[in-house]
Amino acid sequence: MINLQNLSVGYPGQPEATLKRLVMEISDGQFICLLGRNGAGKSTLLRTLAGLQDPLAGEVWIDRKPIHLMNPVDRASKISVVLTERQFGLGLTVEDVVAMGRQPHTGWSGKLDTADWQYVYSALEQVGASTFAGRYLSDLSDGEKQRVMIARAIAQSPRLMLLDEITAFLDLPGRVAVMMLLKQYAQEHGATVILSSHDLELSMQLADTIWLLDDNGRCFSGTPESLKNSGEIGRVFDTDKVKYSHERGIFQLSAHP
Amino acid sequence: MSSNNRIVVGAFLLVFLLCTLAILSLSIGQVNVHPNMIVPALMGNSGNPIIDQIVTNIRMPRIAMGVVAGAALGIAGVLMQTLFRNPMADAWSLGLTAGGQLGVALAVAAAGFVGPGAISFIQVFNGLSLTLAAGLGVLFSAVGMIALSRKVGTISLLVVGLMLGFAVQGLVSVIIHFANRVGGRVYSGWADGTFASATFDNLLMMLIPISLGVILAVTNSKALTSLLLGENYARSLGTDVVRLQRVTLLAVVLLVAPVTAYCGPITFLGLIVPHLARSISRSAQILTLLPLSALAGAALAVSADLVVHLPWEVHFLHLNAVLGMIGAPVVILLLMFSPVVRRQS
Repeated sequence: MINLQNLSVGYPGQPEATLKRLVMEISDGQFICLLGRNGAGKSTLLRTLAGLQDPLAGEVWIDRKPIHLMNPVDRASKISVVLTERQFGLGLTVEDVVAMGRQPHTGWSGKLDTADWQYVYSALEQVGASTFAGRYLSDLSDGEKQRVMIARAIAQSPRLMLLDEITAFLDLPGRVAVMMLLKQYAQEHGATVILSSHDLELSMQLADTIWLLDDNGRCFSGTPESLKNSGEIGRVFDTDKVKYSHERGIFQLSAHP
Repeated sequence: MSSNNRIVVGAFLLVFLLCTLAILSLSIGQVNVHPNMIVPALMGNSGNPIIDQIVTNIRMPRIAMGVVAGAALGIAGVLMQTLFRNPMADAWSLGLTAGGQLGVALAVAAAGFVGPGAISFIQVFNGLSLTLAAGLGVLFSAVGMIALSRKVGTISLLVVGLMLGFAVQGLVSVIIHFANRVGGRVYSGWADGTFASATFDNLLMMLIPISLGVILAVTNSKALTSLLLGENYARSLGTDVVRLQRVTLLAVVLLVAPVTAYCGPITFLGLIVPHLARSISRSAQILTLLPLSALAGAALAVSADLVVHLPWEVHFLHLNAVLGMIGAPVVILLLMFSPVVRRQS
């Protein structure tokens, strides 16, 4: 169980918190899509949940323990992330990268035992990247790199997996495959997967729960159906150029005057 | 794992190469010593006291110095390239060696200014005081370059580092010009690197900080591997990035300062050796790169030193001339073909 206890996120020094006093209770096995306009605070929220950034107020609990007070290695054994960063060091092979997912579970030298290597190869298989083994990360396309980074996050065997805008480099079949895979991971491992995305239509079809951030620091949580029916989606995304069609589940251009 | 096999075979070949080079270096020079005579000469009973002297007290310390300095710079190169996530980083190319030289020059000049007493103090505590002065200089330039690396890209940082080297060369000659002549002679490695000034006492003095640097590098190798994915990913894997950066910097200072103090500036070695190690291991895991880089660095240093001390007709070659002929083409190839460098430029 993961709890957000009056969590306010943002950057110190700014006049207002980006997101204010979030209270959530997330049961295990959920695949959550985080939606919102640019600048609504999706990345800031994910970074805070990952422990990469301190909350302005409130706490995040995993199994009744506050993550910001955990020692970093314990936290890393529970939370894994996939970020938008794409600049990596020289000479990294696909195995090097996925093996790093096991770091929180290995000794001082970081040496992997047979069981660890099984996690690595099974993670590569789950994302359909077994054939990449032995290749250099720098030789892969952006989409292929992203899959390797997801395999690394899976190999970390986390309770909570956080993914920031990872589908941007993938085509439609690739996105569907990745999101199905993450949903399946959440169900099979009783883990929580939170994915921030701009892909509203796909998220509405695949997510168990949607977190919808508006521009006023609020977060609406609910099933895709309930948010659609309550009209919150339209309130957040509609502009004078484009409107969300509640019946058809897609955006439509407003008719020209 | 096939990658493990590559590492073991690679390490074995490097050890073999290093031993061969060491035997060649012991026997070849202005006076050629037959390989069969090397062991008796080292024992002091080759039948010719001059040969004993040459092999034991001139060539042996010089080779040992090459091994120690080459290994230290190779390891420092891996640390620098990881810390800066920059394939062109190395103590020399980013101006850390220059900082160390400047530190030594200022210490000697200051001693010359104070008077003959201070000069003789420096001469007595030669190694220790020069290493400390070099260490401070290396530390200052390293901290400066880290601050700068947050503002400029890979190539710009490299250019700044090299310019720092030129500026320091100039500054050092000005300082030496005005410093006491005796002071100027205290430190031999002003312009060129060399392993020839080695004695066994010097080697012992160097081994203390270098061993500490190696221990720090090895014990932090797991965290350093995670840094290859960038600071955010490293933190998400449980790495304390700020602490890691400080410890790595300390390790680099411990490895580079004694080499700069005793051997002068050694160019290119730390830059190219990690690439050699990576091509052997086909992995970027720091723990496997460290021993391979140490061995490859030692082998490269000893082979360059061997070329320098071949029985040339006129005089010795410069060590950095030899290293430059090997190193500069490698850097040019990296600039042209390395995808990482091209993307960052």
